[in-house]
Order: sequence, then structure tokens, then C-alpha cells
Amino acid sequence: MAQAGGSTASSLTAGAPLLLLEHAAKSFGSVQALEDGSIELRAGEAHGLVGENGAGKSTLVKILAGVYRPDAGRLLLDGRELRLGGPADARAAGIAVIYQEPTLFPDLSVAENIFMGRQPLTLGRRIDGRELRRRVEALMERLGVPLDPSRPARGLSIADQQIVEIAKALSFEARVIVMDEPTAALSGAEVARLFAVARALRAQGAAVLFVSHRLDEVLDLCQRVTVMRDGRQVFTGPLDGLTRDDLVRRMVGRELGAMFPKQAVASGDVALSVRRLTREGVFADVSFDVRHGEIVGLAGLVGAGRSEVARAVFGIDRRDAGEVVVEGRRLPAASPTAAMAAGMGYVPEDRREQGLVMDLSIARNASLASLGRLRRGVFIRGADERRLAADWAARLRLKYARLGDPVAALSGGNQQKVVLAKWLARRPTVLIVDEPTRGIDVATKAEVHRLLSDLAGDGVAVLMISSELPEILGMADRVLVMHEGRLTAELPREEATEERIMLAATAGAASGASG
Amino acid sequence: MSVSVERAERAAAGDHGRRAGRLVDAALRFRELGILLVLALVVAVTAAYNPRFVSGQSIRDLLLNASIVALLAVGQTLVVVTRNVDLSVGSVLGLTAFMTGDLMAGHQGLPVVLALLAGLAFGAACGAVNGTVTAAARVPSLVVTLGTLYVFRGLDYAWAGGRQINAANLPEGLLTLGSGSFLGVPYLVAITVVLVAVAAYALRSFRSGRELYAIGSNPDAAVLAGIPVGRRVLAAFVASGAVAGLAGALWTARFGTVDATAGTGFELQVIAAVVVGGVAIFGGSGSVVGAALGALLLSTIGSALVVLKVPSFWLQAAVGALLVGAIALDRLVGLRVASALRQRSVRRG
Repeated sequence: MAQAGGSTASSLTAGAPLLLLEHAAKSFGSVQALEDGSIELRAGEAHGLVGENGAGKSTLVKILAGVYRPDAGRLLLDGRELRLGGPADARAAGIAVIYQEPTLFPDLSVAENIFMGRQPLTLGRRIDGRELRRRVEALMERLGVPLDPSRPARGLSIADQQIVEIAKALSFEARVIVMDEPTAALSGAEVARLFAVARALRAQGAAVLFVSHRLDEVLDLCQRVTVMRDGRQVFTGPLDGLTRDDLVRRMVGRELGAMFPKQAVASGDVALSVRRLTREGVFADVSFDVRHGEIVGLAGLVGAGRSEVARAVFGIDRRDAGEVVVEGRRLPAASPTAAMAAGMGYVPEDRREQGLVMDLSIARNASLASLGRLRRGVFIRGADERRLAADWAARLRLKYARLGDPVAALSGGNQQKVVLAKWLARRPTVLIVDEPTRGIDVATKAEVHRLLSDLAGDGVAVLMISSELPEILGMADRVLVMHEGRLTAELPREEATEERIMLAATAGAASGASG
Repeated sequence: MSVSVERAERAAAGDHGRRAGRLVDAALRFRELGILLVLALVVAVTAAYNPRFVSGQSIRDLLLNASIVALLAVGQTLVVVTRNVDLSVGSVLGLTAFMTGDLMAGHQGLPVVLALLAGLAFGAACGAVNGTVTAAARVPSLVVTLGTLYVFRGLDYAWAGGRQINAANLPEGLLTLGSGSFLGVPYLVAITVVLVAVAAYALRSFRSGRELYAIGSNPDAAVLAGIPVGRRVLAAFVASGAVAGLAGALWTARFGTVDATAGTGFELQVIAAVVVGGVAIFGGSGSVVGAALGALLLSTIGSALVVLKVPSFWLQAAVGALLVGAIALDRLVGLRVASALRQRSVRRG
């Protein structure tokens, strides 16, 4: 405690380095995940960490968290060398990590989640429930977030789960707070609240390390930035005067002329037609067409019902009214099998949960949706499976060691490529992609965009759900905007601007409330 | 006392989430109340048929019959809340029952307490084997304890070699422990009640107790929270083994006759009791009180069916139906609670 107080005082006097990681290296078997990871965090400062997936950011974060022990390099806190034997050591040293998907105990209360293993005790080493509650309420007050300490963590939104994690960090007077992709699943208002909390932490003298793919957010929140590429630190410096493009260039080490390379394709006949699709309490009266060769963007805030529409179109969820027509044929409700037979493919939002079987090999995952075609008699031949997978791996520029490796071993971007391969192997005529580039590094993102564009060029009708406006603006021939379960705008490419989309997505009440 | 403190805290809590808090409390208490209700129903129906079912002696017998399974259920709960399972308890019980019987029959002068301690220690050693293999070698406990179920039973057979220990060879003191009572309460029941109380208190009020729930609720998060997961899981298995060992010694005390088959198949009764008692089979929630009540309910149903002259094979069907019903009900209540909690988040957010 005394140690924490002392350093806070010193941190306010100057931007002296609070935490210093020098030349950290880490390899897993033959894979060098981190070659030369260095970072310098100053008290009272938010520091951005950017880089492609596989650049070593996660490894660096896990070293700071005490999860991985580096093979080389050293970690200094307040100028003293620190050896972390595990997460408990990192915590004791005052380093807290907020992960993208917080790992809470769903069955336990918010209060217990925050103080697990450190509950205040009475003289008899019993847990002091009253004191526990008091402390949690004080923390929530400090964060300005009203969360009931006694409610279980089950059912908390991702944003609230992160608040629980931040409260946990505050509870042990953490001076270094690492946020690993915290905004990936948050809505705009939730991001604003998180940033307010992060600024408050900074003002209280903490060092915040903000790891994100959303460069605009990094530019918004941080004072300095570290860019990583291929397991190395390639740039560290103040963000003043740097633009988004500057950062991107340093991340990828080359000019990205065409980040969103949708080529103009003369669109053909209507491939997918959705008419008055309704699912009570979720979305209502949704009608749109997607033509061959066209990419239609579906924009809106998180929770607007975009993924739910996609799930109903593909037949995963039932629909209460309306119809879905593919190539002139009506699809029966709630039958993904029929949708697939009609030539539809669906790449879900959550690739880990819904798109991949994480323990199965790359080859198995890639061929999963094409087993019918691969079948010879009653058997599937491993060689056919591997040929198909190798073919698509090459086309999608998949980075992998062996096709027999489990997909869990791949980076996020490469996992997404496997999900895409799985559906592309079926040669769909209608492809629905839900957040195709979430949590993916810039270079892979560009490849996915190129791929979608090529597909459209081949005449595939693509419906793309995305929360990133630049992606929508760059890729879509037409933009549909949803707000609270209704379509509130349909904008052709030339009329679509960030302002118009955001207007329809937020203040859509004007046109959306009528129905 | 701790319960009243908690209530007071809850009453003092802010307006926020009071409903959700109550909802969850209600769902948790609902389970124990539910078992008591079903228990009362079974007893009432049976008593209506034959009033002697609720006589003092009959109730003593009901409790006595339930106590050994209830003991095992307490140990099992400690393991199950960590998202593990101990299938070897029946074999540990059998092995220690024979061991203590052999020990006491061979050395007539030994104090009875020594028999209990020996059982406890030997059971703990068996539990340590289970726990070490599970925690250190990371083999799923289902597999480990399925293996040791046979290993321990095999040792039991090897040790017994066809022998049987009879009440006549056992010291009077041990047998009194098994069938005697103090102020009308059988010793066995008193031991069980004390153990349930101790375990319930430890699970609720101590860090290590809460950490068992944390491990079962989310093992990865438990590691990140700095909980010594391996040590805690090992401790849970040692406790389960120790309790099974104690139960083995008490088995010898109660029945007097022990051969190598004592407690065969007991593990399934115990797990049934735990699940009926509301302990989530995938860890993270449940209470030892619930598990003990589950054991009492199952054994009472068994006795009731005998009194009602229902053929005994119906017992198994009844237990099975209760098990499935209990899990289905749990799932239903759980879904309702979860959706109520989500609703709250949405309204507030």
C-alpha cells in the first residue's frame, strides 16, 4: 500500500517511465511469437499499442500479465527489475489486464468477482461480507457506474463485465492497466463510458496501455503509441501530428493504397430477396434485395438486430412473418439445410463459437461445409479433404504450419480465413458475412476485402454486416441501415456518408418509429 | 448468524438490482425449500398410509439410513463444485470399511477414535491419489476416479481375500458408535449434521471455500485470478477421500459385518443425491446442505416405497425420474433467472 501511494506521488511530478519492458522475446516451439518486444509506459499517460494480429501484441500483453514467462529481456517497474512467476505476481506488482472478453465467474456475485482470493477478512480469517460490499460500492462510485455488488456476473453485458474487471484493477491499486481490445464488442455509448473511465484512471496517475485495432480510438484516447510488426517494436513516440494513415503505414510497413478495394461490377439479377421479414420483439418488416455482383452493407449500432436478420435469412432462427427468396425460389423457414442447398453461405459473427470447431484441424474445418461433395460412397478421403483445404489456403494466403494443425493454433485473422474457406469451398451464389474483419489485423483485413470484392466480381451476391463505417463505405455498393429492429435507410454508394449512416443508425426514430 | 448478517446487508443495499439479488437468492433457496417440500410430501403420504412412519424410532431410522450417503454427498459436493467428480468414493468406503474392521478386530484394545482417524487418514490418502493425478497430470477426474474406482476395489478384494469381518469380532465401543444415540440422536446422525455444518460454513465464509466455486464457475478465470487451482482441486479430492474414509469406518460401526463388497455402486447414489440436492454437475454452484437433503430425500423415498409395499424395483425408477426432473427444473429456473438478469442489464444499459 505504502509503495503504491509513494509511486503515485512521484508519477504526478513527471512523466517518468513507470513500467519498462526491454527486448522481451518469447517463442512457442518453432514459432517465434515475440522477437524484440519493448514498451515504456509512463504514469498518467495512455499509451496505444497497435500492430497486425500476429505482430506479437497479445504475447507482449500476456508477458505483462504474468501469463507467459519471456525467454529473454527484462521488465522494470519503478526502475526495479520484476520477475513474474504468474498472474498473481503481476497483480501483486500492480499490473492489471482487462481482456477483450473478460473472464468472470458467472455463478458468483459481482463483489466476489472483484475480490476473489482477496476478500476482506475478519479476525478469524472469515470473509467480512459487510466490508466486501462497502468496498465494492465505493469502487462503483469511483467509476461512476451503478452495478449491484450482489448480483451474479451471469447476464452482464460485455461492457459491464469490463467494468467489473476495471473495478478489480482499482481494488488492488493497480498502477498499470492494460486494456486488450476492450472496445471490440462495445456500442458507441459504452465506448464513451469506457474512455471516460480510462481518462479518470489516467488522471489518478495510472499508466494505461490501450491495445486496439481501432486506430481512431487510439488517436482519440492515447498520448503516445507503440507500433509492432512481426514480433518487434518498430515505432514508439507521441501521437501528436500522426494520422491514421501514418500508423497504418508503420504497422504494415508498406503503403496500403487500396484498403477497401471494391471494384465496380455491373450488378445482375436479384439473387436474394427478403420481403417483410419479421421476428417479434427482435426485428420487423425488413425488406431488401441483393443482386449478383453486388455487395450490400448492413450498418447499424450493436443491438440493432442486424445479425438477427442474417440468422433468420439463413434459417438458423425462426421467422414470424415474411419470406426469403433465393434465385426466384422461396426458402422454407428455419432450415439452414435448405438455405445451403439454394446456394447460400453464412459466415457468422463469432467465429470461435459458431464458425469453427476449434480443436479440429484446418483441413477438417475448411471441408466441413463441403462434405457432401467430397463424399465418395460413404467415405470422405483425407487426401481430398487436404487438397481442398490446401487449394483454398493458397487462394486466401492462409499462414499456417500444417493443414493438420488445430485451427485454435492460428491467429484471429487466419481463423477467419478458414471460416471463409469453409463457405467459399461450396461456391455459394449468396454469401452473408457478419463482421468479416472483426479483431483482424489491417493486412488480413485488406485481403478479406479483396476476396469479397473478387467474389462479387464473379457474380456472388454478398450481404456484409459491419460495425466499421469505413469498411461499409469502402466496400458496399448499397448501404442498408438498421435501427432498433427496422430498416431506416437505404443509401446507394454515392450518397452514403458517415454522417448519413450514423444519422439513420441513431436518430432513425424519425423514419423508423412510424411502422 | 452469518445468514442474518447477509440479510441485513441486503436490506441495506441500494435500490439497484435488489430485485435481481432477490431473484437469485430465491432461486438458490428455492432448491433447498423444494427438496424439503417434496420430502414433507413423501413423509405425509406415507404417514397417511401407515402412521408409524412418523414415529420417533422410524424417523431416527430414516436419518440413520441417510447419514452415510449424506456424508459422502458432502465430500462429493466439494469436488463437484470445482467441475470435477469423484467416482471412487464407493470403493474408498469399501476399502476403509474393511481396513478399520480388520484393524479393530485384530487389536481389541484400540480406542474407537483411532478407528475413525485411521479411516479418515487412509481415505485422505486415496483422495490424494485422485487429486494428484487430476491436478498435476491434468487427466479429467471422470477418467481418473473411474480408474481408481476399480483399483481401490481391487485392493479391497486383495486385502479381504474372501474373508468377512463379523460384529462378534469387533469391540463393543465401535458398534455402539454405529447404533447408539445420545439424547435420542444417533451418533451417526450427529456426526453427519456436524460435518454438514462445518462444510457449509467453510464453503461460505472462507476464501478457500469461495475459491472452489470460482474454479468450477470458470477454471480459466480462476487461474487468472491467481487462485492456486491445482492445490484447491487436490484439497477437494483429499477432503472427499477423507470423508469417504470416515464413512467407511462408520459403515463398519453401523453394520458390523464387512466384506470386500461394502459400498459397491455407492458412488452413483451419492452423485444422484448431490444432483437432486441442486449442486450443478458442471460446477460453480450448489450447497452441501442441499446435497445432504438430497441424500435424505432419496433414502426416505426408498423407505417410503417399502412401507407403501411398492415393489422395490420401482425405487430405481423413482430415483431416476427424480434425477431427471430435478435437472430439468434446474435448467428451467436457471434460464428464467439468466433471462431476468439480462433484461435488467438491457433496461439499465
